[in-house]
Amino acid sequence: MALSMLAQESGSVTSEQIEHLHRRFKQLSQDQLTIRKENFDSIPDLEFNPIRGKIVHAFFDKRNLRQESDGLAEEINFEDFLTIMSYFRPIEMNMDEEQLDRFRKEKLKFLFHMYDSDHDGKITLQEYRNVVEELLSGNPHLEKESARSIADGAMMEAASICVGQMGPDQVYEGITFEDFLKMWQGIDIETKMHVRFLNVDTIAHCY
Amino acid sequence: MRPVSGVALLLGLMALPAALGQRSSESHKNSNESFAIVSFKWDHVKEPYIIALWILVASLAKIVFHLSHKVTRVVPESALLIVLGLFLGGIVWAADHLASFSLTPTVFFFYLLPPIVLDAGYFMPNRLFFGNLGSILLYAVIGTVWNAATTGLSLYGVYLTGIMGELHSGLLDFLLFGSLIAAVDPVAVLAVFEEVHVNEVLFIIVFGESLLNDAVTVVLYNVFDSFVAIGETNVTGIECLKGIVSFFVVSLGGTLVGIIFAFLLSLVSRFTKHVRIIEPGFVFIISYLSYLTAEMLSLSAILAITFCGICCQKYVKANISEQSSTTVRYTMKMLASGAETIIFMFLGISAVDPEIWTWNTAFILLTLVFISVYRVIGVVIQTWILNRYRTVQLEIIDQVVMSYGGLRGAVAFALVALLDGNKVKDRKLFVSTTIIVVFFTVIFQGLTIKPLVQWLKVKKTEHREPKLNEKLHGRAFDHILSAIEDISGQIGHHYLRDKWSNFDRKYLRKILMRRSAQKSRDQILNVFHELNLKDAISYVAEGERRGSLAFIRSPSTDNMVNVDFSTPLPSAVESSVSYLLREKAGPVCLDMQALEQRRKSIRDTEDTLAHHTLQQYLYKPRQEHKHLYSRHEIMHSEDDKQDKEIFHRTMRKRLESFKSTKLGINHSKKLNKIHKRDRGQKRRNSSVIPNGNIPPENPVQDFALKEKDLEFSESEENNDYETLHLGKGVDFLANVTKQNFTDAPAGIDNPVFSADDDQSIYMKFSPWLSSEDTVVPSQRARVQIPYSPDNFKRLTPIRLSNKSTDSFLLADGPEDRPRSFLPESTHM
Repeated sequence: MALSMLAQESGSVTSEQIEHLHRRFKQLSQDQLTIRKENFDSIPDLEFNPIRGKIVHAFFDKRNLRQESDGLAEEINFEDFLTIMSYFRPIEMNMDEEQLDRFRKEKLKFLFHMYDSDHDGKITLQEYRNVVEELLSGNPHLEKESARSIADGAMMEAASICVGQMGPDQVYEGITFEDFLKMWQGIDIETKMHVRFLNVDTIAHCY
Repeated sequence: MRPVSGVALLLGLMALPAALGQRSSESHKNSNESFAIVSFKWDHVKEPYIIALWILVASLAKIVFHLSHKVTRVVPESALLIVLGLFLGGIVWAADHLASFSLTPTVFFFYLLPPIVLDAGYFMPNRLFFGNLGSILLYAVIGTVWNAATTGLSLYGVYLTGIMGELHSGLLDFLLFGSLIAAVDPVAVLAVFEEVHVNEVLFIIVFGESLLNDAVTVVLYNVFDSFVAIGETNVTGIECLKGIVSFFVVSLGGTLVGIIFAFLLSLVSRFTKHVRIIEPGFVFIISYLSYLTAEMLSLSAILAITFCGICCQKYVKANISEQSSTTVRYTMKMLASGAETIIFMFLGISAVDPEIWTWNTAFILLTLVFISVYRVIGVVIQTWILNRYRTVQLEIIDQVVMSYGGLRGAVAFALVALLDGNKVKDRKLFVSTTIIVVFFTVIFQGLTIKPLVQWLKVKKTEHREPKLNEKLHGRAFDHILSAIEDISGQIGHHYLRDKWSNFDRKYLRKILMRRSAQKSRDQILNVFHELNLKDAISYVAEGERRGSLAFIRSPSTDNMVNVDFSTPLPSAVESSVSYLLREKAGPVCLDMQALEQRRKSIRDTEDTLAHHTLQQYLYKPRQEHKHLYSRHEIMHSEDDKQDKEIFHRTMRKRLESFKSTKLGINHSKKLNKIHKRDRGQKRRNSSVIPNGNIPPENPVQDFALKEKDLEFSESEENNDYETLHLGKGVDFLANVTKQNFTDAPAGIDNPVFSADDDQSIYMKFSPWLSSEDTVVPSQRARVQIPYSPDNFKRLTPIRLSNKSTDSFLLADGPEDRPRSFLPESTHM
């Protein structure tokens, strides 16, 4: 596989980092060319993550893989793996306004897809509830009902932000991506949603 | 005019001790002769009296400063206080040529500094602090060493050229001076930066640096102090090595002491349930002990108490009661701000003492120049290094503010005052220089930093309303990022945080938090409650504006959502209680709010129809309790009992009404249980939130669910659906009246609250009174309104679409509601 070519594609991820990720990929896939969902089960740290299902799912979501088609991939190769990882690269100093905007939208799109589990372009109340329930499932004392009501509250908030005063017969069906963007206004996601892919080989420390 | 009269007042106060002193000597002579009925014993109370007077003067001065907003907006308080101190010191000195007051290191380190640092630690934004810990540590450690070394060496170099004249100091003395003047002072930084409101990252870096550099300062100071004592010739490499080792011991040891005491404090606070009154005391005593213990072990006391505050805050805040938490907060702020006031005033007073002054123009000027220049150079170099690793870059503007914000303060002064004049020959010069440096940085830089920040357009903090979505996404974020780090197999920031929070949840919380607190302590839930509360308040405010809360419980609520709530008449609103409530809607004020609310509503309707209902079901409003004096308890118990009983009655009724609709039979038992568990947590809110009547306003129900609801509520459709539609779009007031006419006989009441019909008018106000055969809990409300008024966007019912279980939560409303809302509804 031409690593240098990939490096160009995925922007700021350097070839060194790619090598590192490649090693990791092989480790996860047990030297296969592709990764399947089950491979993620072998990561012990992921076990306690309340939304691990959603996260692993996102790796196989074709919308995130910059493919035209919709749906869920069975397995992903290293290139896909890298594509997903590149959603989490940090901003660069030399980005101009337009690039920054695109960069931001890309990241938000990834998030949005995670919430929108039925791929209809809308986060419906039910979808939102599921996410919130999963999010709060780490706290055993919190009941599902409170998670629900929180989701309901958040949805109302979203509705009031995005639609404003609603007409008598209007029903807010779900958060579209445009609404999603509106909700994120003023929060600089680009500085938050990033992982520093270290150059140092830390795999050895992990296992 | 005002400042003048204030000064006059202060003058009078100043004269008092002197006058008292004179009189006391006279009275002594007289009292020898016979037994005096009233004797004047000034000497007996002299010391505490003077201390109290000083504190009073300082506090009064603060009042005076704030009489004029123009002054305080331009001049920082710390600068004003120093000037005041100079002025007062001048008066005292002019009176008896005696500088009897000064800031002694003992008083400063043992009594004035701890409250300020504890306050800083206890209210430290932990996430921000630990997120920037790397940068903070670099500035605190490397930055301080750099400042100390360069300042000391440069001064020594200039001294060798001879322009400072003849001094009695060697290289070590200069380095000693450099080390004590190098440290940025937490008190001064806090005092100035609190008024400037720069963005939080910048603030936490400067402030964190000033807190954490204490360890460095203490070590450098001690090392050089001992070097000076043993003499230049005896300093060997081993001694230097010892110095470096001692840095790690002092800083890590201090931190460790702090963490141990934080653990103790959290553990203790878990078991204070029955001694609520002294609960806040533990926070102060144990943290203070951490300070003293660190001091005793000659570790960094500031680090100890800082970390004690940082580590315990989460658990303590969860464990102690709402009232105690408020008490802790206010007491801590009071102590800290009081100590700060006294420190600055005494810095001023201490300067008025000709004994301590020696002037050496070259030395003083060069010190000022060097500390400023080297601060700038240090900041630039370190930032350059840091920016290679930081994602949020520190820009040039930030660097300017950071360099300029390097204020020196009372710590330096106290340290220099500690110097032994026999060992350090130029102690006087060092003291005077330190005073000049402190005054220059606090007054001049403090004065100019605000215009500078404005001129440079530094990013400021913006206060945004917390949003539920934001919190949720934030939480999701944390998990996603840590998952990505897990998947890519790296140990990063998120990885560590994730592991820590897992550890915290699994072990620490179980040990350190009350069981009840473990459950309710979820940040998202807290935000949710807070927002709910806010909405509820605006809801009530709306009612107040209309002069009645009737609309809240009348079915016309359903219709009046068209009313535009967003433009309340300002005049009407401002005078209302709820306006005040909204102003400080924090959860802390909750109790007060509830009280206010109750009192008002009760007073308003003392003689209305509902009076006897009140008597019967609410017993007495809290205000009318005869408070029996008790040192150990603030009377709550009776209220609780009442609450409980009313609650139980309400619950019973609700559940019964439930059964009769053949819907919730299977649930009722379980519900009861769940509810009991849940209740403590929810009650906090329920006292203000009319939880129950909000369900009509959720726009986001699923259609499917709605349809079900429809089916189910058909039974009551015939009741009076027409009435409901009548009012739509009609002006609200007219609406209410109409509704009232139509309601009363038909018995339509807010379905959520009173499920009965055909009851007498009293019954309307006491849902739990309804006879058991006539219960149809209406689900109409939920079906009726698919949209919400803008203002109440987050005021959701808890579980809106789960009809079989809804009513127990809704019952929360009635539990408290009658106290505040019931009487109002009767005047319509």
